[in-house]
Amino acid sequence: MNSATPKYEYGLLKFGTLLAIIVFVAGTLIGTYAAAELAWPFLNFDIPEITFGRLRVVHTNTVVIAFGGLALFVTSLYSVQRTNSNRLWCVPCAWAAALILVGSIVGGIIGIAFGLSQAREYHEMEWIFDVGIAIGWLMWTMVFVMTIATRDKEKVPHVYVSNWFYLALFIAVTYLFLVNGLALPVTWYKSYSLYSGVQDAMIQWWWGHNAVGFFLTAGFLGMMYYFVPKQAQRPVYSYRLSVIHFWALIFGYVWLGAHHLQYTAVPDWTGSLGAVISLAMIIPSWGGALNGMLTLSGAWDRLRTDYILRFLIMALAFYAMSTFEGPVMSSKTVNALSHYTDWTIGHVHSGALGWVAMVAIGSLYHMVMKMWNTEMYSMKLINWHFWLHTLGTVLYIVAMWVSGIMQGLMWRAYDEYGVLAYTFAESVAAMHPYYVMRTMGGVFVVLGGLVMLFNVIMTVATAKSRQPATAAV
Amino acid sequence: MADHNEQPKNLQEKLERNIFGLFLATAFMVSIAGIVEIVPLFYLKSAVDYTERTDKWGNLKNEKFPELVWERHFHMENGKLVADKRLYYKDKNGNWKSDWKPGDGMRPYTPLELAGRDIYEREGCMYCHSQMIRPFRDERERYGHYSLATESIYDHPFQWGSKRTGPDLARVGGKYSDEWHKLHLMRPQDMVPESVMPAYPWLAERCVTDQYVGRIKVGKRDMKARLKVMRMLRVPYTDEEIALADDYLRTYGNPNPDKKCTTELDALVAYLQVLGTMTKLDDSKVYRE
Repeated sequence: MNSATPKYEYGLLKFGTLLAIIVFVAGTLIGTYAAAELAWPFLNFDIPEITFGRLRVVHTNTVVIAFGGLALFVTSLYSVQRTNSNRLWCVPCAWAAALILVGSIVGGIIGIAFGLSQAREYHEMEWIFDVGIAIGWLMWTMVFVMTIATRDKEKVPHVYVSNWFYLALFIAVTYLFLVNGLALPVTWYKSYSLYSGVQDAMIQWWWGHNAVGFFLTAGFLGMMYYFVPKQAQRPVYSYRLSVIHFWALIFGYVWLGAHHLQYTAVPDWTGSLGAVISLAMIIPSWGGALNGMLTLSGAWDRLRTDYILRFLIMALAFYAMSTFEGPVMSSKTVNALSHYTDWTIGHVHSGALGWVAMVAIGSLYHMVMKMWNTEMYSMKLINWHFWLHTLGTVLYIVAMWVSGIMQGLMWRAYDEYGVLAYTFAESVAAMHPYYVMRTMGGVFVVLGGLVMLFNVIMTVATAKSRQPATAAV
Repeated sequence: MADHNEQPKNLQEKLERNIFGLFLATAFMVSIAGIVEIVPLFYLKSAVDYTERTDKWGNLKNEKFPELVWERHFHMENGKLVADKRLYYKDKNGNWKSDWKPGDGMRPYTPLELAGRDIYEREGCMYCHSQMIRPFRDERERYGHYSLATESIYDHPFQWGSKRTGPDLARVGGKYSDEWHKLHLMRPQDMVPESVMPAYPWLAERCVTDQYVGRIKVGKRDMKARLKVMRMLRVPYTDEEIALADDYLRTYGNPNPDKKCTTELDALVAYLQVLGTMTKLDDSKVYRE
């Protein structure tokens, strides 16, 4: 190895990792505040930028696109180097991609608070920010693909499984984002979607569900396939399972958007098709969850001592649970009850807080120790973070399950005279205690995030003093 | 891996060794669903209740359910695009008139309603209020007839929503008075004590003819440009309607626009009051199997 150029590029990734943790705290804090607004509406304070309608969107964009994006950015470019034993292709391109992405996303999110919104769920940022994101995204994709393409094929003939999933993320999201984002601009801050009515609905949910399917699942499965075996120090349980579940997952996920449109004006066959494939998706989803969990077989005792591994394995447990819940909710009879209620919000958060956040947090802790070449400042604090985060997540989703089902039942309840039993306002009033409970869940998650931020900052600050004298590169 | 110098045994192994092959195979796999699920929605007549476009401008007809659409025809006259019926025009005394009345069927939004709709999007109303009534008994009694695809045919973008923190609004038009809506938007808890909706006092302080980005006034709200873009998206407006758009926004329902401007609140209420009132659905007909 040439000592002048270190084997792997970490400079950019170090910045990205710290930023990801800061964005995690900010995004969950905003979400918790939005949750509190529903419990105590005076918190809107008549300030346009923080009214629930805008703040909710700022929250979803901050956690999904900003935090999720950053976590994917740093983990993909970290693991692609290590799995291909190759230095990042074109480091300046990676820096440029990162700066363009961060600039566009920050601009887009501030824009939403200022009232610039395309009003299409999970694709709210106005067209001008979309263009920036698309450019940054394609550059990131290029850096990733070229780092694999330029590997030493004698030494590393096969592309490792984590990279397949990241690759699927890049391809599918490019495709979905571009088709869904087509709009005619009126001015730089206002555009109208190219599609209308049923077509717009179908295309938007085709994107919307795959923001979950590819951005928050395929990409994070890539993360799982690298960091779980690494942290457990064992090979992936089954190679064959990963092949089958990869192809089934990327083929199947794209169909699922239609299950968001059951019983709407979209033709019935579309929703049914979406529901049938959703049901079938239990198999590839559980394939992935099992493959990750069984990687630990024979080393389960490590969960007692390795707190980072706890995050990763708990993430897989939540992944298995929410990928079971999803198909159940997409079946027509359940959907008739659950659609439009807070059950949906609960489901999203069991995936987002349980699966996405936990696997990302575990991976980020792992990377911090590797990149700064040190132990964490405090392992005990990771354990604290784990319990705060788990408790917060459970509080949140239980509150939303109970209230969501209650809401659905109240809306359809009839009294003995055959008249609707409750007014809508009564169902709103009944939600209050659950909105408070949900807010408490959010507070725990934010506290956990702050513990992580403190721990990581202390680790970075004291890394030099605790490094072994003969520092390995 | 020990066998890395052997020939690849199967397709999977070939793909694993060739990142560009893997790229193409993945791209193929993820594109199938969209082709099967989305493309048919653009040409299947049953997907939009058999409503058809009669011209490139986006005018509609419906032979099976004629009550759904307001049929009108465009033609060129002296180089201008005109129609047999007018969505809005100024009569001799300077009053706004329309050849359309509620229940005549789907038509494009007036400039005031469209401005209100833009505000609805800006404030994120969709995140708490759906506009899509499902065909269930309780929803029928609570909100009205289930929604049809034709009813959002001019909605760029659609605003069906996915969550009912507040009630559905697909047929809220005409249910409450303008005055009720204004008081409710100014302080929701005054009208509905249980409500968790935020108050929107700034809507009453802003002239709808002004365009804001955040709190900064960046000029005039250019309705002419917006209607033009809408027409490119096949929402049929005549040349006269486009030319009158800004005048309409300023003066419709406002006899003294220079003394007291039409506010964003007025525009939003105009939009809410038209929701669900365009078509008069026939209860004896089965619109959707």
